[in-house]
Amino acid sequence: MILPDESFRRLIRARDAIHARYAQALRLDDLAREAALSPFHFLRLFRAAFGETPHRYLTRVRIEAAKRLLLADAPVTDVCFDVGFQSLGSFSALFARRVGAPPSAFRRRLHSLPWGREQAWVPHCYLAAFSQF
Amino acid sequence: MLQRLSHATVYVVDQDRARDFYVNKLGFEVRTDQTMGPFRWLTVSPKGQPGLEIILMKITSGPMLDEASADQLRKLVERGAFGCGVFETADVRKDYEELSKKGVRFKGPPEERPYGTETVMQDDSGNWFSVVQRPG
Repeated sequence: MILPDESFRRLIRARDAIHARYAQALRLDDLAREAALSPFHFLRLFRAAFGETPHRYLTRVRIEAAKRLLLADAPVTDVCFDVGFQSLGSFSALFARRVGAPPSAFRRRLHSLPWGREQAWVPHCYLAAFSQF
Repeated sequence: MLQRLSHATVYVVDQDRARDFYVNKLGFEVRTDQTMGPFRWLTVSPKGQPGLEIILMKITSGPMLDEASADQLRKLVERGAFGCGVFETADVRKDYEELSKKGVRFKGPPEERPYGTETVMQDDSGNWFSVVQRPG
């Protein structure tokens, strides 16, 4: 859906807030306020523009952040709370559902692949679009 | 400011076959060929243009494309629905002769246009490229 520029700019403010503050508790009301829209209207426009609800978007940003920290060898419990989840059990379950493996198994799987951090530069959007990384 | 185009995607049906086409038929150079699990990052460039990498991306379902969309995209590429760009050459007639002998498919022989001499070439997946020799 193509929104008018002004609506889109408002949504971008809320989306930027997700990326800046995903580690904190973020409620729909907070995000709607960023966008200067009513929660109901914000939810509807956000989903139309980005194809998922603000909550699902926020969860995805948290999972992506968790993947980065896991790759950097941070302990799973730290990762969970650092990216804004409130309970280790729900984090692991959600991570497994979205990524296809629980956090520790995901890290093992990545480390077992024949690639190091010095190897070819591959833009993340391609990896994210065409693989599970 | 955005300064230059460094990478561009060409969707291909089979990366081994595409690599063979772009390297052994067109004479391009491989910039990167790296496999990470099921994901293969394969880029090529014309010999004189190392700063632009053409990503030969396999059409495959994933987070961005569901299975049905990937199938549709593959069919469209194979059907020749996409024009992917323009290559410049110093001698389009020679390229046409030599590449035709190697089995590269062209829409027809080079023709004069206001902007140069041009033919249209298809890669092994079905993607079209204009091949142009500028006047003078």
